[in-house]
Order: sequence, then C-alpha cells, then structure tokens
Amino acid sequence: MADRQETQQMIDEVLSAFPAKALKTRIKHVKPADPTGESKECDVKSNIKSKPGVMTVRGCAYAGSKGVVWGPVKDVVHISHGPVGCGQYSWAGRRNYAHGEAGIDSFVTMQFTSDFQERDIVFGGDKKLAKVVDEVAQLFPLAKGISIQSECPIGLIGDDIESVARQSSSEIGKPVVPVRCEGFRGVSQSLGHHIANDAIRDWVLGTGDVEDSTPYDVALIGDYNIGGDAWASRRILEDMGLRVIAQWSGDGTLNELASAHKSKLNLIHCYRSMNYICETMEQKYGTPWLEYNFFGPTKIVESMRAIAAQFDDVVVAKTEAAIASYQKEFQAVQEAFTPRLAGKRVMLLIGGLRPRHTIGAYEDLGMEIVGTGYEFGHSDDYKRTYPEVKEATVIYDDPSAYELEEFARRLRPDLMGAGIKEKYVFHKMGLPFRQMHSWDYSGPYHGVDGFAIFARDMDLAINSPVWGLMTPPWESDRSGSPESAEPTEQLAS
Amino acid sequence: MTSTERDLDIKDHNELFDAPHYQEQFENKKQFETPCSPEEVASVRDWTRGQEYREKNFARQGLVVNPEKACQPLGAVLASAGFERTLPLVHGSQGCVAYFRTHFSRHFREPVPAVSSSMTEDAAVFGGLNNMVDALENSTALYKPSMVAVSTTCMAEVIGDDLQNYIAKAREKEVIPDSLKVPYAHTPSFVGSHITGYDSMLRSILEYLTIGEPNEDAEVTERRSHQPNGRLNVVPGFDTYVGNLRELKRLLSLMGVRYTLLGDHSETLDSPATGAYDMYPGGTPLAEAEDAANAVATILLQESATRQTAKMMRAKWEHEVVTLPMPIGVANTDRFVTEVARLTGVAVPEAVTAERGRLVDAMTDSYAYLHGKRVALAGDPDLVVSLLGFLTEVGAEPVHVVCTNGDDAFEQRAKAVLASTPFGSKATVWRGKDLWHMRSLVFTEPVDLLVGSSHLKYLSKEAGVPLVRVGFPIFDRHHLHRFPIVGYQGGINLLSSVVNTVLDELDRTAPDHSFDLIR
Repeated sequence: MADRQETQQMIDEVLSAFPAKALKTRIKHVKPADPTGESKECDVKSNIKSKPGVMTVRGCAYAGSKGVVWGPVKDVVHISHGPVGCGQYSWAGRRNYAHGEAGIDSFVTMQFTSDFQERDIVFGGDKKLAKVVDEVAQLFPLAKGISIQSECPIGLIGDDIESVARQSSSEIGKPVVPVRCEGFRGVSQSLGHHIANDAIRDWVLGTGDVEDSTPYDVALIGDYNIGGDAWASRRILEDMGLRVIAQWSGDGTLNELASAHKSKLNLIHCYRSMNYICETMEQKYGTPWLEYNFFGPTKIVESMRAIAAQFDDVVVAKTEAAIASYQKEFQAVQEAFTPRLAGKRVMLLIGGLRPRHTIGAYEDLGMEIVGTGYEFGHSDDYKRTYPEVKEATVIYDDPSAYELEEFARRLRPDLMGAGIKEKYVFHKMGLPFRQMHSWDYSGPYHGVDGFAIFARDMDLAINSPVWGLMTPPWESDRSGSPESAEPTEQLAS
Repeated sequence: MTSTERDLDIKDHNELFDAPHYQEQFENKKQFETPCSPEEVASVRDWTRGQEYREKNFARQGLVVNPEKACQPLGAVLASAGFERTLPLVHGSQGCVAYFRTHFSRHFREPVPAVSSSMTEDAAVFGGLNNMVDALENSTALYKPSMVAVSTTCMAEVIGDDLQNYIAKAREKEVIPDSLKVPYAHTPSFVGSHITGYDSMLRSILEYLTIGEPNEDAEVTERRSHQPNGRLNVVPGFDTYVGNLRELKRLLSLMGVRYTLLGDHSETLDSPATGAYDMYPGGTPLAEAEDAANAVATILLQESATRQTAKMMRAKWEHEVVTLPMPIGVANTDRFVTEVARLTGVAVPEAVTAERGRLVDAMTDSYAYLHGKRVALAGDPDLVVSLLGFLTEVGAEPVHVVCTNGDDAFEQRAKAVLASTPFGSKATVWRGKDLWHMRSLVFTEPVDLLVGSSHLKYLSKEAGVPLVRVGFPIFDRHHLHRFPIVGYQGGINLLSSVVNTVLDELDRTAPDHSFDLIR
C-alpha cells in the first residue's frame, strides 16, 4: 500500500507541468486520501472554477438541468431555448429509459429547440418563445407540461422567460416552467442541478396529490433510470413492502414531481443532484430523507436495513426475507466473477454519486480502487468519499485530461471507469475501460439485477483478448509498451 | 458469452424487464403517473400521422423538433482537427466543448482533444480576456501544440469578445511561445450551422498560414513567396468519413498527382491502437498548408461547407479554384477525376478507369432491386446533393429531401440534379425543415427507404421503413465512417449498403414461398 508521501510525490510530479499561476490553486484539488477524514491537509478543494485551457471534463448548468434533472421527465416537453447546439448534443444521450410513445405521450428521446437566429439575439427571444410554447401545445396535445431550458444567450440578452411562462401557461392551461440554467452560470453541471431543483420547488412541487396514502409511501429520488437503473432499484423497495409514489426523475412524470411531498420518507441515491429538493421537502413538509446505495451486495444490504429501520416490523421482516432471497443471486455472481477480477486495480472519474457509490460493488468482486474523483463534486461529496477508500489513494477533483492520463500512466490500473470523452484515450493505451455515466450502453447497474450485469461488464472489459493485440510480433521488444499494466492474463472461459 | 455467463443467465436491459415482476411493477407505477388512456394515445397517434397534422406541422414558425444540424463551433473543432499538432480552443462557456468532444467521440469512436476558456458569470460581465490569456497559457504548457485554433461559443459572441485583440494581449503578456500559431474565427451558433463554423475556421487557418493575420503587415505576405510547388490542393470539407479522406488520397496517388489535402483529419480521428496514446497523430502538415497558395490549383469538394474558404482562395491565392460536388456516385466521381486530370495535366490511368468499370458493373448487378424505390433522405447540403446524384443513377427515386441547414444555393443545386433526370421528378426539396417534418412526409406519402443519420432510426422504426445510415452523426452502428463512400470504390460500399438494406427488408418481410436463396 502506498503511503501518503509517495502519493503526494506522484501528484507533485504530474502537476509540475502546470504554469505557476495555475499550479498554485490546482495543487489543492488533488490529494492523497486520509480515510479517517481527520487530516485537513488531505481535504481536496472542490466546486471551484476550472482553469481555462486545461481540458476539463466538466459540462455546464444547462447539462445539469436539461441533461440530468429535467430531461428524463417523460411527459413534459423540454424546450432547449436558444441556439440549436445544446439540444442537439444532449439529444437522447443519457439513456434515461422511459415507457411511452415518443412524440405522442413521451418526449425523452426527442430534441425540441427554439433554434435561435441572429434576429432573436438582437431583438430578444420572448415572442418566439411564446410562439414555440403555443406550437408545442398544438402539436403535442398529450404533453402534461413544458419546461424551458435556458441556454447561454437567454440570460445575456435579458429575456424575461418567467413572464412568458406565466402568460403561456394560463393560455394553454398547462404548467410551463422556466429554468434559468444558462451554461455560463456556476462552475459545472452542479449549479444546473440546483437551479433545476429550485424550479421544481417553485413551479411544480406540492401541486399534486396521492389518493389513499399509506404509511409505506416513499419517493425514489435521484435515479435517472439509465439503462433501467430506477426500475431495478424500485424492485428492491417494493420487495421490502414499500410503496414508491414518485420516481425522480428517470421514467418520471410531472404528476410524480407534483405529488412527491406526500411521501413519508425520501430515499435519495444521487445526493449531488437532488439533495436540494430533499431539504426543501424536509423544511416545508417535514419529510425526512435518507441516502442509500444500491451498487453491489454489501451496500445494498446495508442500505436496505437502514431504510427498513425507518419503518415497522412488517417492513423489517419483509426486508430480511428479501435479503435472504437475494443472497443466492449475489453469491452466484460473486463466485463466478471474483476469481476473474480479484486484485484488479481500478481508477474512476465520474460525476454525481458514482465515484464513491460504486466502490463497494468493485470491492464485492475483490477489486481495488487506486484513484477516484468527481467532475463536479462538493466538499460534502468528498467527506463521504474518504471513508470509502484506502489510505493514500489519490483523490482528484475536476482533473484535466492531462492529469487523468498521467495518473493512469503512473498507477497502471487494470480498469478505467470514466466517460466517453476519456474512453478512447485509454483504448489507445491498451487499457480496459468502461463508461460509468452511460454504463457503456449496458445496464442497469443498480440493484440486485444490476450487480450481475455490472460484474459481467467489468469482467468482459478486463478479460477481453483484444488488449493483448496491441504490439505486433515484429516489435515485441518495443520498450515500455503498452502504456497500461502488463497484459492481462487470460482466464479460461 | 462465456460459460460463466451462460450458467448465470445474466439478462441486461434488453431482456431483463420482460420478467413478470417488472411488467407488474410498470403496470402498478401508472397509478402515480396519471397517464393518458390507451384510447387517447391511439387517437393522437393516428392524428399525428395524417394530412391535417402535416399541415399544422408545416405551419410551425418557431418550434424546431429533431433538427438535422448542429452549431458552428462543432464544425470549427473538426476543421482544427485537420491540421498537424493543432489544438482547438473554443472561447466561451465550457459545457460547449464537453458537448463537441462527446458528439465527435460518439461518431468517430476516437479521442477528440479540445479545450475551453471556461467563461463564467464574471466573464459575462467583464469580458473573457483573462480567460483567453489563461487558456492559451495553460493549454500550451500542458499539451504543447504547434497551433491553437480559436473559435467561439454563443456566449462570447453575445457579449462581443474581440478575439484578435485578446490573442494579441496574450502575446504581449508572453504567456505563449512566439512560434505558436493562433488563427481564430468567430463562430456564433445563432448563425448558420456546424458547416458554417467548419468553413469559417478553415478559412481562417488557411488564410493565417498562407497570408498571415488579416491585418498583418506586408512582410508576412513576402515570406510566403510565390514559388509554384506543383501540387494540387484538395479540400474535403466537413466530411465525417475518415475513409473518404483516405480514398481521396489513394485515388490522387493512383493518378500520380502530388497533392495536399487541406483539412485532413483522417489520422487525427482514426489513429491506431498501439499501447501508447499520441494526442496529435497526423493532420495536414503545417509546412504543407503554409505552401498551399503556391499550388497549381485547388479543388473544393463541398460547396456549402467551404464557401467562405473558396472565396478567400479566389481572392488571394492566384490560382484556379474549383468547387465540385462530393464525388459520390459515377458522374460526381467522373467530374472529380476529370478535373484533377485537367488541372494537373495527368492522363487518367488505366487502373482508375478499371475502378470506374467495377463500380458500373456492380450497379448493373444491383439496379433491379433499386429501380423505382421511393427514398426519403436527410443530411448536410453537400452530402444530400451528391447522394441525389448517386440514387438517381441507379434508378431510385428521391421523394422527400430534407436539409435542415440548406440554404437557397443548396436548393438550386439539389433541384438542378433532380431536373437532370426523370428519376428526380417525384422529389420535393425541403430546406430548413427538420425530422419531425420528415415524419409527417413519410406517413402521408410513404417511401421504401430512408437515407440519413442515426437520428432517423426513430422514424425508421415507427414507420417500418428501413434506414441506410449515411452521414452524420452515426452513433449506433460501428465503423461505417471508416469505409469510404466517395470515389468509385466508395461507390461500391455505398451501393452495397443500399442494396443489401433493401434485400434484408425483402427477406424480413417475404412469405415463405418467396424467401429466395438467390437474389
């Protein structure tokens, strides 16, 4: 195991490429971990502006609102308000699965935009917006509402989308929600989550109702149903005897946003993107909330028991019965894959909750995390992360492409888990990679069913024969290649 | 599938949710959704597929749904990727760059290095000068480019940032090496589309490299002396097929022509996996690009996507500049080969004539399955114009021609191609329309085949019309962009995609007696 000094030395080496001015603050964002959380010098700085020109992996507030929080709400038409690009690049990219017919009663896989032209910038876009909203209402009559996702120019040219929203809403008789998620606001996606939460709070929350309330009503918060994640999580909650009255926001509906305040307990998976609304509901309606983790057996069982403890003995008994029935499934997966994965070293760079929440799942398969970090975490995320990692693990906040590549060259992990922008760099290096935002078009990874798929996918990445083909036989003495760890030994399949 | 998986029978999202307990969960969830009734959904579905809806849909004045275009700086990033050791720097909000890199990585399945100046609220108020200076300093320190190609997001354009002035300030502050080349282009996303941005950035790079910065003194012009270099410049344009660029180079070599491909991203966006990551593989060598004004002639292969570039060349390069359609299909490739031969004085070699013969031969093999097939297509203007040529050459009949980012000049060119053949008589050209318009067109006037990007897959499924994936982006099929569709050899690839899609559909729908072994 590395000690903190060694890790710090590696960090210093890598960061020495930065110009002095950038280095001075950048150095505070990368630290060796102290799992006890006691050493203040091991705290990483976070949620601060990215340095210009470093190739940050971060996105923007619009991505946090339209791409993450609002986009999955399926019966609402989300208008990307501004020029065409933002909506085009975020069109159906996040795999937020939803039931319904595209263009009829579900709109998740479509791109609606006001497609700003120069005249809209010069003369303002409010009139166009009113027209766009009206046209949506005419052409998509089963949409339950409309959200306006602001792009950069909206805030810069001084449009009053709130007043358009109020006026249009009364004209079409449906909620029209203005969201001020212009991309230049804040330092990353993160502020966009917050703004999106606030828009739900101000324009939607509390306007719905649930008939026949039960003591077992919960809301599933911060699950975007990527590859069906929320469905796999919901299965567990229902097996425990709970009634999920709202799913935020994967496969979610406007009604579920409107009536979640009727829940007895809010269960939050992605703390980063939806803690705000949980606090709102706690303050306004007294609804308690609980963080949980449905990645991998250890955390699933731990979380199930923690949730059950909030309810009566009926739920506790059902929970124990469910755990007992899952154990066989967990065991089969672990027995099959641990021999193929044990000891494999993993680096992660992801958003939201995953840089810490997936650690347990890797460890359940005998794997080890040698570096982890967030694109847009805050200090509360990092505080929750330190206890999950081993002493001196390198923790990087908002690392540039340069840093991630250099740390990988030095740490030589067996697997990298990050996003599409990073993926092919590591493929060139001959390093197994899984996209940990989109699950690389697989999934779900949440829940009991998800763990088996997770294990299968990590195995197929690490133990694929393709990584052994990088070096041609006539260059077998090529020094130092490949850049990654020694070629993975092939296990008989 | 390994034996382990077989034993465990692991089902992922494709099959997992078929299980009864999930189906029950979905049914049960509806009580909290207040869903529309199945009757309501069915009735609206039918209505949206009809003529009345089509008219309402085409009466739209503000709303755009499923457009087939992206924004300017995306194109600027592709133009930058065409040059040696060039790092694209997009000045403005950082989320844009994350999107461009993502979008291209999904299509090319390659790393796409690009940096942002990461402007935020304070820059919105005070301007992005500091962001530009820091971005140039940091990016050159970390990534050591020979050229940084600067473009803009709409944020920088709305607040009116002055790139020329900002870059000059960065030089004054000595944060970048003197030798670093920094061309720049203003690429507002509320004007034109990704092809406009490609054009602006390319024009800027070429003007910078061959003439010098627009208002620089005469010394620079002097430096790029007028020594004819005997080469032919070829500008492929916003071409997302790395295979196309390779095919052009192969064809030119076969013809014995010394050439410079201006904007060659065939290596930068298709580099070998060797175990080592090289951030700057290939690209047009800067020394060659700097000498481009001294070529014998320049051929541009996309009119819409290189219009400003062509204009700059015609004004400043003092050699013949020819804009041709993309060499897709026989006649378009004939024009390219003929012009190359004319401009360089080479004779068309036997090998090229043989390649042409093979494409024609392949078309005689396949035409019977394509004759009279009704086709709807969508894509970038230059691609669409050339595809119309190819489709009508094999006797297919374009019906709906949608080009979201096409302008009047495009419409004239498309109509000219259609007017030149009886197989074009059924076509209507819809410029400025989107894929939701296309949906109305396909439901009210059905077709046999869709041709276009992955975005058409939703309509393909809903309308039950097979899709030939051609264009950009192609996110859901692998490696198509590595196979050329230009040139005679590329023509065979395109022809196979089209005819085999038709044959797959024929097999899929055939009654048992017609399920022929031989087709």
